Amino acid sequence: MQRPRIAVHKFASCDGCQLAFLNAGAALLTLAQRVDIVHFAEAGWLDPLAEVDIAFVEGSISTPHDIERIRAVRASANYLVTLGACATAGGLQALRNGIRESANWVADLYASPQYIESLPESRPISAHVKVDLEIWGCPVTTEQVLGATANLLNGVAPVNPGEPVCVECKRRGHACVVVTQNAPCMGPVTRTGCGALCPGVGRACYGCFGPAELPNAASMAKHFEQSGLSKREVARRFLFITSAAQPFADIGRHYQDE
Amino acid sequence: MHADRFLPHAALQGLYEALAERGYAVIAPRVKDGAIFYEESRHPDSLPWGIRLEQDAGASRAVQDTHTQCFAWANGPQALKPLTFAPRETLWRIKRTAVGFAVEAIEHAARPLAVIGTRACDLAALSIQDRHFLGGPYPDPGYAARREDMLLIAVNCTHPASTCFCASTGYGPAAEAGFDLALTELEGGFVARAGSARGEELLAALTLENATPEQAEAAAASVRHAAESQTRAIPGTQLRDALMARLDHPRWREVAERCLACGNCTLVCPTCFCHAEVELPELDGSGSLHAREWDSCFGERHAYIHGKQLRPEISQRYRQWLTHKLATWHEQFGRSGCVGCGRCIAWCPVGIDITEEATALLK
Repeated sequence: MQRPRIAVHKFASCDGCQLAFLNAGAALLTLAQRVDIVHFAEAGWLDPLAEVDIAFVEGSISTPHDIERIRAVRASANYLVTLGACATAGGLQALRNGIRESANWVADLYASPQYIESLPESRPISAHVKVDLEIWGCPVTTEQVLGATANLLNGVAPVNPGEPVCVECKRRGHACVVVTQNAPCMGPVTRTGCGALCPGVGRACYGCFGPAELPNAASMAKHFEQSGLSKREVARRFLFITSAAQPFADIGRHYQDE
Repeated sequence: MHADRFLPHAALQGLYEALAERGYAVIAPRVKDGAIFYEESRHPDSLPWGIRLEQDAGASRAVQDTHTQCFAWANGPQALKPLTFAPRETLWRIKRTAVGFAVEAIEHAARPLAVIGTRACDLAALSIQDRHFLGGPYPDPGYAARREDMLLIAVNCTHPASTCFCASTGYGPAAEAGFDLALTELEGGFVARAGSARGEELLAALTLENATPEQAEAAAASVRHAAESQTRAIPGTQLRDALMARLDHPRWREVAERCLACGNCTLVCPTCFCHAEVELPELDGSGSLHAREWDSCFGERHAYIHGKQLRPEISQRYRQWLTHKLATWHEQFGRSGCVGCGRCIAWCPVGIDITEEATALLK
């Protein structure tokens, strides 16, 4: 029987989510025995147009060339998985979306701006092609990525929990930083997957994994304000790593504009 | 019946040692990250000496005070529940075979635990959890293994938090049953009463003086005072008919504007037992682990049934939680599911108060 073929593609991103594969240790060897990895530039395999069973895509779409590439990736893949905040929500770089002056930044930042060809907005993969599974995170974890892969290799639709960070935080027995420190923790409205990393070391959640399944962002924002944050500070809690994801985008801009 | 004894603070180390000699790992409260947690402990030095708990809706602060007691606080976010109903646990293992698959049982080896500082509210909650996990024809083997040899040393509550309302539910502040030893803290030590043969044997081994009538009265008075000083109350213990007649009350939508649907109330609730089961396949295709983890009726999985989300709105999820806890629980267990520990009030990030919501719903 022919082994399943996988590819790992990169768009506008920091390369960090692909490390979920490279940091997997012994599991990476197991994976390599079960599948043929045909394209994975960060690990050395180059065949971007190869037909594959699963294409993992990191990064957002931010140039006209990206649009052509993602269409080719989609056409060559049976199942497409986005990895992380950039591919799933536009990423940190989506902070430029909707800011009119952003077009001038290129001239200010680059010595030869004529070589820069950016789209006005950084958009998620799903804005351009059909996505079969979105894995949230900044970065995604090995457990998420290999867990989804193991399900797919067994012919099972992967589960993608949208539960809030609080649920995992309580399973791990951490002290709630909202209740004990009045910290502006995004955990109640943020999707789990990180293992409640920040509250586990006494820090407020930054919302890296994007909105939870049923996030009450309006109540969360109001609570932050009542806890002493300025409107601008409230806006920054929501307009950060997944600034383009709803409802973070709307609530963040509402507080920013006030 | 044996007389009450007096256990001086200085004799606590002897109690720890006696428990260790009898094969128990001691679980006791300690302050960690600004809250009180129950963790393994070898020495009474780690108890919350001089700690006072400032608690209100959505806020809890463990504050170092100058007093010399170690149980002058009400409770932390958890007590017994994580020790018996594990937050995450593998239930069975599937192995792929030449002809299909085989199911392998998991061995549930548990160390005997002695828990020092169990509150009356948590004992009441434990009896519900026992019935849920151990009652009926299929007792849960993991829960049973952890529960079987558990020794419970209750400490009657003398310093309720502003969030406490056990006096109105009838489940506190004094431990009535289900303990091996019950202590009431005074200056300098505890009035100790045995609740089982194991407890009596422990007290006898510690060679303690009998409590004086003055000590016994002081202990009773401080528990009475704990009941009288509670400021919150649940508006009745038979709310089934009243709440089920108000399923369309506008209050459900009002509370949903504040409710974050984060599930914290259910996760700190000592009687909530909802869980989800997940399948964790091995990457090499050799098999799969079937695990159980804490879940919440505020989460998407709870009412997702065969492709349909039955409760897509926060108001519906809050209503599900509150009406189960205070109303339909009666049909299931013959009592309310609320023991009055107040954790759902203190540990709600936005401070939603079950006593306030229930009161408003009855109007």
